[in-house]
Amino acid sequence: MTSPHRDRAGRPLVAVTGLGIVTSLGEGKEDNWAALTAGQSGVKRLSRFPVAGLKTTIAATVDFIKAEPFCAPALSQEMAMRAGAEAVGQAGIGAPGDFPGPLFIAVPPVEMEWPHRRALAEAGANGEDVTYATLLAGARTGKFRAWYELFLFGTVAENVARCFGTKGSPISLSTACSSGATSIQLGVEAIRRGETQAALCMGTDGSVHPESLIRFSLLSALSTQNDPPEGASKPFSKNRDGFVMGEGAAAVVLEDYDHALARGAKILGFVLGCGEKGDSFHRTRSSPDGAPAIAAIEGAIRDAGLSPDDIDYVNAHGTSTPENDKMEALGLASVLGERMKSVPISSNKSMVGHTLTAAGAVEAVASLMTIATGRIPPTINYNVPDPAIELDVVPNVARDANVRYVLSNSFGFGGQNTCLVFSGEPG
Amino acid sequence: MDREIWITGIGMVSSAGVGVAAHLEALKKGDAPQVDNDSFAPYRVHPVVAVPYEQQIPKKADQRQMEAWQKLGVFAAGMALDAAGLKGDAERLGRLEMIVAAGGGERDYAVDGQILTQAPLSEHPAEMLNERLMSDIRPTMFLAQLSNLLAGNISIVHGVTGGSRTFMGEEQAGVDALRIAEARIRAGQADAFLVGGSYNAERPDVLLIYAMADYLWTHEYAPVTEREDRGGGFILGSGSAFLVVEAADVARARGATPLARLDAVASDMPARKPGSVAASLDGMWGRIAADFDPSRGVVFSGATGAVGVTAEEQSVLARRAGDARVHVTGDLFGHLVEPQFPAGVALAAAALSEGLYDDAVVTGVGHRRGEGSARLSRVG
Repeated sequence: MTSPHRDRAGRPLVAVTGLGIVTSLGEGKEDNWAALTAGQSGVKRLSRFPVAGLKTTIAATVDFIKAEPFCAPALSQEMAMRAGAEAVGQAGIGAPGDFPGPLFIAVPPVEMEWPHRRALAEAGANGEDVTYATLLAGARTGKFRAWYELFLFGTVAENVARCFGTKGSPISLSTACSSGATSIQLGVEAIRRGETQAALCMGTDGSVHPESLIRFSLLSALSTQNDPPEGASKPFSKNRDGFVMGEGAAAVVLEDYDHALARGAKILGFVLGCGEKGDSFHRTRSSPDGAPAIAAIEGAIRDAGLSPDDIDYVNAHGTSTPENDKMEALGLASVLGERMKSVPISSNKSMVGHTLTAAGAVEAVASLMTIATGRIPPTINYNVPDPAIELDVVPNVARDANVRYVLSNSFGFGGQNTCLVFSGEPG
Repeated sequence: MDREIWITGIGMVSSAGVGVAAHLEALKKGDAPQVDNDSFAPYRVHPVVAVPYEQQIPKKADQRQMEAWQKLGVFAAGMALDAAGLKGDAERLGRLEMIVAAGGGERDYAVDGQILTQAPLSEHPAEMLNERLMSDIRPTMFLAQLSNLLAGNISIVHGVTGGSRTFMGEEQAGVDALRIAEARIRAGQADAFLVGGSYNAERPDVLLIYAMADYLWTHEYAPVTEREDRGGGFILGSGSAFLVVEAADVARARGATPLARLDAVASDMPARKPGSVAASLDGMWGRIAADFDPSRGVVFSGATGAVGVTAEEQSVLARRAGDARVHVTGDLFGHLVEPQFPAGVALAAAALSEGLYDDAVVTGVGHRRGEGSARLSRVG
């Protein structure tokens, strides 16, 4: 019997044996990878609801999966099921409906939506102006029992857990726009402490509805360059003016390397390191000095047992907001130094928009496929370089390269900074 | 690595008072809890007491950026940090990890009411909705709705910036928050955590969710375990509980005093069917509390009052806890949802630190899904 494989810190190595993805570009790795490396955009004019009166009228919605009538938890759940099925199917682990480990799933915070409020108001109507007392009267009719389940925060996770037969109490989490990365981090930690030999980690977000769009719009976070829609998301460009909301889901099967080897699984890559640091500067803005982002980047590289010089591609958070891209470039330059000017970095969000809760997981899948195929997806819409950001953003056209170590960044409202390091080889 | 874990700080606020001492006092008195029968009739809520927010959130600007559930949480988190002797210790707070169990939401009730009143009269309701939302919602309202912005506010107000994770999923989020913190410390993946949650029950939009499925107790107040024959149900309560949980070696090195030892946390979520809750809790009891000594022990139950599952949990306690005193935390401050389990653990730790008991078990029973248990013991 050979001795167990361990990383440089003596911990179990965390291999990736399954990947699944759904974005506005399509369902499945094959379609998504073809589109991502062809520089295609999934951003389009919104058709899900009327856009009259809105400043932003575009999004990278997933319209080919029907959740009718639209409601965020229903679409989020369905996308998670499909991404999960692809990942678990590829991993060939356990038996159908019997995944041998826990579920960590990043889900958008659920909330009742306007069609539901309107139905409750109608059911409770008493001829007077509508208040929440009217809605409560509607609730008492007993006609809306199914919606109770729909709008509990834990429902999507339990349904996904039941579908795949994951073990233990599934964890629903939110760390805003770094949620998908956090789900992977939780899985890595569980495997490293020997609690499990496999984990299903996912992020999903199908929450483009009028109020969610308007909320980001009121915070001036969204691009308003609606025409053409596919040109709106332009990370690192001088004329970037905000992010584009996106929808999608991604799933990653993590497995103790020795467990994967023992069952003869195909190894798709490794999660070598995770870094995390909170920011106390502001509710929506990052510390101007980039210190928390820097600490998260450094932490991930250190946790991977690597040095900054080892990183040969960065899958950027790259939201296309003026502030994020500047801060991210600053943070990377601080850690990777002069070398950062020549390290390729690209933003999948230029094509699939900002998939919010799912983004970290979606970008993990793209990072691992970059390593596997030796092809770096481009940052599209890069036509006006920002002289303040000296980066090789792999402009507009995919590039072939031998990529061994990828740093993937995720930053979010509420001072969330989570970075992951992926590799093709075990260390 | 298999480290000993201490609870070194508690912050609590609810209808039973401000601070853990007030809660223990209320527990000893055993009076019926505070109930607001009128504001949301026919629904009842346990309203939070007046909270001296300025003690923990000195900047009015910070208070204005938060809604009630966030203010309660930031307040309780600050109390826990104070109690642990970590307040203002920038170096340690910069490494302190956080797991927060949170829901979210909060609405502008007046705006919602106006839109819903107008909608049926409007020829183009969707366009009207866009227009009203664009002009009427406060941009900062979003920051009171996002689940992870309780953690974000704790970072801003108290400077906790190690790591920050927010778990969602009603009661079970509170159980798993403590379970993951415990597991990470035990395995040497982290040294110290701030763990807890917060809930504002005095909101018609949260009542609405549970009212749709008839989960709310609308009869005259009755203790949690005496509701079964009238259909069961819970009375939501406003409140928050936060704990500082540390590796004993780390706490000892900085001269911190333990309130109690956290021996184990377990959670599970088997599919609900008759008997599943009893089996789940009984299994956990066997794993983490088989040697529980009823003569020196106490139980803090997180039973909600929901029909069926409450009786199942009580049956396990009747079988397993012997003559030990069982406190149902819902009888003290109602159902706090996400923070219910952390609040139970906080009370158990406080009771142990007072020397009232040597051993404690805390249960959590999600009204719809998920069960949890924690085992604590007296230090020294």
